[in-house]
Amino acid sequence: MLILTCPYCGIDADETDLAPGGEAHVTRHGADASDDDFEAYLFHKRNPRGVHFERWRHVYGCGKWFHAARDTMTLEVFGTYPAQTLVPPKTLQTKIKKKRPDWKGFKK
Amino acid sequence: MKRYSAFAIAREALRHHTGWQRAWRSAQPKKAYDVIIVGAGGHGLATAYYLGKNHGIRNVAIIEKGWLGGGNTGRNTTIIRSNYLQDESAAIYEKARSLYETLSQDLNYNIMFSPRGVLMLAQTEHEIRGYRRTEHANRLQGVETRFISPAEVKKIVPIIELSGPRYPVLGALWQPRGGTARHDAVAWGYARACSDMGMDIIQQCEVTGISQKNGVVSGVSTTKGDIACNKLGLVVAGHSGVLADMAGFRLPIESVALQALVSEPIKPCMDVVVMANTVHGYMSQSDKGEMVIGGGADGFNNYTQRGSFHHIEETVRALIETFPMISRLKMLRQWGGIVDMTGDRSPIIGKTPLNNCFINCGWGTGGFKAIPGSGWSMAATMATGEPDSLAAGFGLERFREGRFIDESVAAGVAH
Repeated sequence: MLILTCPYCGIDADETDLAPGGEAHVTRHGADASDDDFEAYLFHKRNPRGVHFERWRHVYGCGKWFHAARDTMTLEVFGTYPAQTLVPPKTLQTKIKKKRPDWKGFKK
Repeated sequence: MKRYSAFAIAREALRHHTGWQRAWRSAQPKKAYDVIIVGAGGHGLATAYYLGKNHGIRNVAIIEKGWLGGGNTGRNTTIIRSNYLQDESAAIYEKARSLYETLSQDLNYNIMFSPRGVLMLAQTEHEIRGYRRTEHANRLQGVETRFISPAEVKKIVPIIELSGPRYPVLGALWQPRGGTARHDAVAWGYARACSDMGMDIIQQCEVTGISQKNGVVSGVSTTKGDIACNKLGLVVAGHSGVLADMAGFRLPIESVALQALVSEPIKPCMDVVVMANTVHGYMSQSDKGEMVIGGGADGFNNYTQRGSFHHIEETVRALIETFPMISRLKMLRQWGGIVDMTGDRSPIIGKTPLNNCFINCGWGTGGFKAIPGSGWSMAATMATGEPDSLAAGFGLERFREGRFIDESVAAGVAH
């Protein structure tokens, strides 16, 4: 079972206590966006085999949204961090790079 | 290639089975082909088969990373039905279902198609309304379905519990011509026929790159060297996103693990397929006697081919409510497949941003039933360069244009 540590309440939460919320750090384009941007925002979600950044919500806990870095191939969790961040923390990126030398780095 | 027949069995029985041929050649890649299909699952092999049969294109290679039919073709619950709400879906799934009826004769390979009937239970008032709407839609589409009463359900499936603890059975949508087929045999039958037409099936050959210039694909790099082609077809289900990355475009697809499990074999007790979408579980009995059970999909992206454990509990709980007699069955195996989910839960067939590169993906949790129709349509699209009438609605551009073929609402979860 996937276990993520909620960065707010510090609880190791089972996936049954959590709700997945899809790709993290998505730019939310509005009505004035170009067709390309709006299409990408709505449909072109990243779907990597390997390192992935996601939104999760601690529904049966504190109820808050947070971010997680995870490997979609092995389900290894690299770390979790608060939702109020526009890019993954530097320390987390360094940690992932160390564990996955092939990883091409975070791209917005 | 020698044909399979009752006479062949008798002949081989008399000579200690020494005369059977290999079903397909083990091929090494040539330098170039007219068409390369990436992915030797059901959809890829069917595409190659109909390219040869319907369009006379036989200089074809089918490249497979693992082994033939080892992805979702060998991991599904083998259900075949075409009772979809939207016209585009009903057309392609009904084409597939009707091709399945004569596929064994067409391929000279017994795919064990069993039109035993598919029941989709209605367990809430909303589901009754939904399925009645589907029934009317199906009548207009020429797909034979009927909404039946709980008493009729009990007659068709004596082991069912009509007044379950959470959701009683209020009726069902019945497609008598739906059913099951042997999934491996579908892949093997197509592979044998493709090989017989002179096509090369190259297994354990992973595509590592797609060479292109000015929006035109010239070939692929693989673990067995570079291979050139005039047209490229990407038919790789769960890994479509990975290949699209290589080709330099993005797909509206996210990959998740979908699970299935199978029980120990028991005596025949249920001769139809039953799907319960509200409680979420579906079940049929294989010819060996195992209860084949389809479970839930994970809510988060992953490529693990195993799936989350708690879904097994949810699925089994739902099925025990519906079929109390299975409560003491032992489960033999559980597995997962990587399904490619699109935003509207309908597939993508057609052109890509690259000129001579075509894609067939996004079948999500319901690809097996579509294999012959999907291959038929993809072959026509690749041969002519334009989507045929079946594929027309399923183009990649529909997301940008907002022309969804929304089956997620129509089908609920199981699909």
